[in-house]
Amino acid sequence: MTDLLEVDRLRCWFDVSRKRPFGIGHTPRNVRAVDDVSFTIPQGKTFCLVGESGCGKSTIAKLVVGLLRQTSGTVRIDGKELKKGSRAEQQALRRRVQMVFQDPYASLNPSWTVGQSVAEPLIFDPAATAASMRERVAELLTLVGMHPDDADRLPHQFSGGQRQRIAIARALSTTPEFLVCDEPTSALDVSVQAQILNLMKDLQDKLGLTYLLITHNLAVVNYMADTVGVMYLGRLVEVGPRDQVFHQPRHPYTRMLMDAVPEIDEPNKAIGSIRGEIPSPLDPPTGCAFHPRCPLARDVCRSKAPELQDSVACHAWHDPEWTRHAAE
Amino acid sequence: MLLTVDNLCVEFRQGKTSLTALDNVSFKIAEGEVLGIVGESGAGKSLTGSAVIGLLQSTGRIASGSIRFQGRELTVLNERDYRRIRGREIAMIFQDPSTSLNPLFTIGTQLVRTIRTHLNLNAQAARKRAIELLTEVGIQAPEDRIDVYPHQLSGGMRQRVVIALALAAEPKLIIADEPTTALDVSTQAQIMALLKRIASTHGMAIMLVSHDMGVIAQMSDRVAVMYAGRVIEIGEVDEVLNHSRHPYTAGLIASIPGLRDNQPRLNQVRGSMPRLNQIPEGCAFHPRCDRAMDCCRSRKPALLPQGKVSVACHLHDTAETAEDLQ
Repeated sequence: MTDLLEVDRLRCWFDVSRKRPFGIGHTPRNVRAVDDVSFTIPQGKTFCLVGESGCGKSTIAKLVVGLLRQTSGTVRIDGKELKKGSRAEQQALRRRVQMVFQDPYASLNPSWTVGQSVAEPLIFDPAATAASMRERVAELLTLVGMHPDDADRLPHQFSGGQRQRIAIARALSTTPEFLVCDEPTSALDVSVQAQILNLMKDLQDKLGLTYLLITHNLAVVNYMADTVGVMYLGRLVEVGPRDQVFHQPRHPYTRMLMDAVPEIDEPNKAIGSIRGEIPSPLDPPTGCAFHPRCPLARDVCRSKAPELQDSVACHAWHDPEWTRHAAE
Repeated sequence: MLLTVDNLCVEFRQGKTSLTALDNVSFKIAEGEVLGIVGESGAGKSLTGSAVIGLLQSTGRIASGSIRFQGRELTVLNERDYRRIRGREIAMIFQDPSTSLNPLFTIGTQLVRTIRTHLNLNAQAARKRAIELLTEVGIQAPEDRIDVYPHQLSGGMRQRVVIALALAAEPKLIIADEPTTALDVSTQAQIMALLKRIASTHGMAIMLVSHDMGVIAQMSDRVAVMYAGRVIEIGEVDEVLNHSRHPYTAGLIASIPGLRDNQPRLNQVRGSMPRLNQIPEGCAFHPRCDRAMDCCRSRKPALLPQGKVSVACHLHDTAETAEDLQ
């Protein structure tokens, strides 16, 4: 199986230093929103990035579709680098990647009909005519479970779930292979979330889509993912197949996240054991960013940031004696 | 019984017509009990909280029914009398801690003001009490933190301050409206543990409004499930969530992805919550219900006891109740 997306040593740092006239006394200060992140997604699979607010997951989504420019590192789609090559090549590549945003109330233009929104990406196709676009819109709306006549209605006439279907139809209009979905169900009620997640799975089966799904909801990850990446303060701390990450989490942060999720069938979960808060990205801890909250932390964690090896970035995991000690 | 809400109806004016937003809502909260109110958006759960604390918007009014708190009828109170109860006897915690604190004042000023509104204390004693409250809600070094502004605190810390404000006058009942929805899961876990601890140490009752079944399962003793302005199922949390009798409750729970099992496919409840001006005749859930019968389309089911819980569904009509209705 070939990798459709390859992200290699991706970095996105934002300059937050105070600007001084002529740069006198200027001290550079960066927020490392994404720091040395590498992962791949095979064709037709779903990769979920999960983490709490400020961990950099949405920044990665924007880098992958080219809405932000990276500081360093590369994003390759089907072997071709974004923002390299001729204009025509870049456009052709962009057509193959589309994005679905979190809030369907904000991502659809309220004064455009549904048909206009869904057809908008098609105007770049030189062969498109008014009739062919109309036909394509009808086909897309049917594909996402709506009626072709809905094309003439306005977004306010639809519920949140229906609007998200419209946003998905729009993303599919250029027949992309790869969809980047940033929290696609976070603004929706659970019964509607189930409809949208099922629709995404059906579309994947039907069209062979590859997904990069960004979410903070671990249960959604468990339902959707083939591979899971857990992020903390701009870094990937654990990457692995879904079953491994959920049943044998390796990073203490992954374990903490799992413990924090309230569950219906386990009402007496020990939710009280979580320590500390997410540090400010302006002033991240030294060494491993998780060390102030980590039950296993030792001196090395405070001074040296662990590399991602064997699907986890944790000093303790690579020292069997340490992990055994911690388990006791 | 601390709080008894009986056949509460709330209407909103819209032009010349009025929309029924709460339709015969009834429930009780005992002292020290945590009652969860769960439902999807538009079910009327937040509105129920606002009605109890007397904070309905100006276009809304209580059309009928009663709210009795410690034996006292609240629906007849004027604004002046309500203010004596609000904050002192019944306090509220809102969803978003960054909008429920005033950004222009330090948290100390806000705490002291709240304390002095309700308790007869001088400035110094009130400040001391404020520091005690901050300690209680788990804020480290409260003597220093008391003089910071809300923007200097993280979301979780702000929500702790909001909880401290709610606790200021030791109310008997706290209405917590989605208290953890704006927070990350690790912070949510900490705030849930804090609310649980406070409820048990002070013997305070909590009316917990949430859309998150997991949060409800962790926190509540009993739970009321709402749909389109009505309570459709109410009872002990384990009974309602694990042995749901109403098809909506069961369908909703089955549509939530889990952490452990790998479901090949999530259950779908088709359609979505109706708008207030489009609530169907009969049982409001019937167009989405797989088990709808003829009577569901024409007759509203009453909330009737069914073993340990009460359910509003014609599937659970017994021969007797069916006769009563005829």
